[in-house]
Amino acid sequence: MKKILSVILAAAMLAALVPALVSCDSSKTLNMLNWGEYLDPELKTEFKKRTGITINEKTVTSNEEMLKLLEANDCPYDLCIPSDYAVQRLIKGGKLAEINYDNIPNIKHIDERFIKISAGFDPDNKHSVPYTWGVLGIMYNTTMVDEADIGSWDLLWNEKYSGQIFMYDSIRDAMAAALCRKGYSINTVNADEINEAANDIIAMNPHYRGWVTDQVKDDMIDGKGAIALVYSGDAVWSMEPNEGNEDLAFFVPEEGSNIYFDNMVIPVNSKKKDMAEQFINFLLDPEIAAQNTEFVYYTSPNTGVPALLGEFLSNCSAYNITDDEVKRCEIFKDLGDSIKLYNDAWDRIQAAIAK
Amino acid sequence: MKRVRLSYPYISVWMPLFIIAPMLFVLYYATFKDGAFTLEYVKQVFTTTNYLPALWTSIWIALVTTAVCLIIGYPVAYILSTMNKRVAALVSILFIMPMWMNMLLRTFAWKMVLDDTGVLASVINALTGNSPKLLYTPAAVLIATIYDFLPFMILPLYTTLMKMDRSHIEAARDLGATGVQTFTKVILPLSVPGIISGITMVFVPAMSTFAISRMLGGGKVKMIGEVIERKIMEQNDPAVGSTLAILLIILVIISMAIMNKVDKENGSAGGTLW
Amino acid sequence: MKKFLAFIKGAYLGIVVLFMYLPIAIMMFMSLTQSRSATRWNGFSFGAYQKLFSPEVGIIDPLITTFVVAVISSLAATLIGTMTAIGLHSMKKRPRAVVESITQLPMVNPDLVTGVSMMLLFAFIGIKQELGLFRLIIAHTTFNIPYVIFSVMPKLRQSSDTLYEAAMDLGCSPFQALTKVVIPDIMPGIVSGLILAFTLSLDDFTISYFVGGTKTNLSMLLYSKTAKGGVGTEFCALSTLMFLVVGILLLIVNLRSIRQEKEQAEQRKKVMRKA
Repeated sequence: MKKILSVILAAAMLAALVPALVSCDSSKTLNMLNWGEYLDPELKTEFKKRTGITINEKTVTSNEEMLKLLEANDCPYDLCIPSDYAVQRLIKGGKLAEINYDNIPNIKHIDERFIKISAGFDPDNKHSVPYTWGVLGIMYNTTMVDEADIGSWDLLWNEKYSGQIFMYDSIRDAMAAALCRKGYSINTVNADEINEAANDIIAMNPHYRGWVTDQVKDDMIDGKGAIALVYSGDAVWSMEPNEGNEDLAFFVPEEGSNIYFDNMVIPVNSKKKDMAEQFINFLLDPEIAAQNTEFVYYTSPNTGVPALLGEFLSNCSAYNITDDEVKRCEIFKDLGDSIKLYNDAWDRIQAAIAK
Repeated sequence: MKRVRLSYPYISVWMPLFIIAPMLFVLYYATFKDGAFTLEYVKQVFTTTNYLPALWTSIWIALVTTAVCLIIGYPVAYILSTMNKRVAALVSILFIMPMWMNMLLRTFAWKMVLDDTGVLASVINALTGNSPKLLYTPAAVLIATIYDFLPFMILPLYTTLMKMDRSHIEAARDLGATGVQTFTKVILPLSVPGIISGITMVFVPAMSTFAISRMLGGGKVKMIGEVIERKIMEQNDPAVGSTLAILLIILVIISMAIMNKVDKENGSAGGTLW
Repeated sequence: MKKFLAFIKGAYLGIVVLFMYLPIAIMMFMSLTQSRSATRWNGFSFGAYQKLFSPEVGIIDPLITTFVVAVISSLAATLIGTMTAIGLHSMKKRPRAVVESITQLPMVNPDLVTGVSMMLLFAFIGIKQELGLFRLIIAHTTFNIPYVIFSVMPKLRQSSDTLYEAAMDLGCSPFQALTKVVIPDIMPGIVSGLILAFTLSLDDFTISYFVGGTKTNLSMLLYSKTAKGGVGTEFCALSTLMFLVVGILLLIVNLRSIRQEKEQAEQRKKVMRKA
C-alpha cells in the first residue's frame, strides 16, 4: 500500500517538476523551423560539437504553414527559412528581428547578385540571409514523355499523360503554373485571372495521379508518374546518381516561371538571437555550405561553394540554372489581404478534388 | 473527510478548464466575429460548395469502413467465443496486438504494400499482366482504414460474445431452434451492445482521420479532417475550421443518439469495452 | 461435418490473421533492403537500422518525449481519475450524471476536435508553444482522465460501501480507511486504467499534432517524415523493432497469467482433495 502511495506522490512531484525541466533543457537549444530534408543533420552534430548548441528542428511543407507558426504571438522559434514572399509579409508584420551582420562575417561569401535581388522583398537587407534559391519547373521522365511535348507549361495540361501527372500540393506554386501558362503574372490580384487559372487546374484534376509535396521525389524516381511540377532542388535530388533515376530531366517552361529564394530569418521574439546568428554564420562557411548543398541539392548562393562541389552537381543542369532561365522568371510577392482571392480559389480546387 | 471532496479538484478545476473551456472556444470561434455573434461562417460552410464534398467523402469512407469491419470482425469474434477459453485467449492476442502498434506505422505499411512497385502490384502484375495503380486512390484509403480499425471492432464484439450466457444458446437449441434461428434470435440480439460499441469505436475515428487520407490518398482523397487541419494549420482560419469541427461533433452526437436508440430498443444494458 | 466446420472456422481466422500480419511481415522483410526507399529491393543490409538511430532521423528526442509524456500523463491521470471516481461514487445521482457525461466528452469527441480545441485554449490562456512538453502533458492527462475514471467506477460499484464505514467504526481515520480499505479493493481498476492511459498516450498522434508546439513525439515525427514523404526503410526498421517489443511483452504477460491460472487450478485441486 505504501508503495502505491509513494508512486502516486512521486508522480505528483514529477508533474510539478515539469515546467522546471522544460526551461532548463532549452537554454542551449535553438528551435528551428525548417522544410523537410533541408539541412544536413551531420551539420547539426558538427555545430553542437563546436558550440554546445543543440538544433531542435521542426519541419513543415509549405510557406503558409510556416507563416502561421511564425505569426503566432507565442512564436517559439529562433531561426526559420521561409521563401521570399513570406519574408516580405513577416517584415511587414514586424515579425522579424534585425540581423546583426557583425556576428556574421561569412556574409561576404554570398553572391552580390542575390543580396540585390533580396532587396526586392527585404528592402534594406536587414532581416534575411539567403540560404538557397531555385526555380519552379517541370520534371519529366524521358522514357515516357515525347521530346516534342516539352518546353511549355502545356505539358502539365497534356491529356496524353492522363494519370501520370503529379501536381504540387501548395497553393501559390500550383497557381503559378496555371497563371504563367496563360501569360498572367504569378502575383496577379485580378479575380478573373485567378479564377481562370483555378478552373484550368480543376479541369485537369481528373488526370492527375496525385497532389503531392516531398514525396514527389520518390514517386518520380519509382516511375509512378511521367510529369511533375517541382522545385529545381527536388529535381536535382531525384536525378542524383546513387538512388535517383537517370531518366529524369527538368526544364523551365518558356512562358516563364517562379524564381524563389529561401532565406534564414530570426523571429523578433527569439531570445537567442546571438546563437541564431552564430548558426547562420556557421552555415555560410563555404565548406559547410558545400557539404549542406550536397545534402539538400538546392542551389547555393554562396560564391565559395561551386568550386567545392562534386561532379554530379557541377554538371547538373537543374542545379546550375542559367541566367537566361532566371530572366524569364518572376519572384512571388506578398499579396497582403488579396491572398484571400487565392485562398478561395484553393478551397474551390480542394472541393473539386473531393467530389 | 468526506469522500465527495476528492472529486472537487477535478470538478472545479480540471474539467471546466480543460474539457469545457476548449469546447467553448471552438464554439466561440465558429459563431463570433470581432466580438459579435455571427452566423456568417455557418452560412459559408453550407452555402458554398467548398467544404461539403469532403464531408460526404468522410461519411462515405467511415460507413464503408464500419460495415466492412463489422462483416469481417463479427465472424472472427464469434469463432473466438466458441473456442476453448484458453486457446481463445491466446488467439485473441493475435487480433488485438496490432492495436498496440502505432497507427501511423500500420498505415505506412500499406503505403509500401500498395506502391506501384510494391508487393501487391507485383503479384497482380504477374497474375494478370497489367500493372494496377493502387496508391493515391479512395480504395487505398479504405483498405488502410479497415485495416487500422478492425481490432477496435473485434475486441468489443469478442468481449460481449464471450460474456454471453451459454445457457441461452443451449436453451434455444433444446427448444428446437435451428442453428440459423439460434443465431438470429438469440446470439445476434444479445451481442448488440458489442456491435454498438464496435461501430462507435470505428465510425468516429474513421470519419475524422486526416493522417490516413494524407498518407495514402496522395491529395486526391479529401476528407473533412484534412480540410479542418488545412484551415487551421495552413490558412490560419480558425473560424471556418471551428465551424467544421462543430459540424463534426454534431454528426458524432447524431450517430451516438441513433446507436443509443437501437441499444434501448433492444433492452440491453449497454456494452462497455473496458 | 463437424470437422469440416472446424476447418472453415480455422481457415477464416487464418485469412484474417494473414490480412493483419502480411503488411507487417512485408515491412519487416523490406527493413533489410539496401535501398533508401522501402519500395526497392537491391540487396541485403542492416543499413536501415543504423539509419534509424542516426541524427538524420533524429529519433532519440521524440522517443524520450513520447515516454516522458506517457509516464507523467498516465500517472497524473491515474491520481486525479481515481480521486475523482471515489468522490463521484459517493455523490448524489443528479450531479454525478452531469459530471459523468461531461467527462465522456474527450472519449466521444473525435481526436481532431479535442486537439484543435486544446490548441485554441492554450493560445488563449498563454501556455506558449515553447512549453511543448507541458502542453503535451496537460492534453494527454486530459484525455486520459476519463479512461481512468471509467475503469475505476465499475470496481467501486462492485465493492461494498459498508467496508469503508466498517473501517471507520473500527477506528480508522477517513484517510486510512481510504488507503487501507477502499484503494486496495479497487486496485485492479486503477491498474487497468493506468495501463490504458499509458498506451493511449504512447499511441496518440492527432491531439499531439495540434498541441505539440516545439516538441515532437514519435507519432509526429512519423507523420512529418512519412505522410508527405516517401517510404524510408528506417521506418520499416522501427516498425519491426516495435512489433518485436510489443509481441514479446504480450507473450510474457500472457504466459505468466496462464501459468498463474494453472497454479491456481492445482491449488484448488489440492484444497478440494484435503476437504
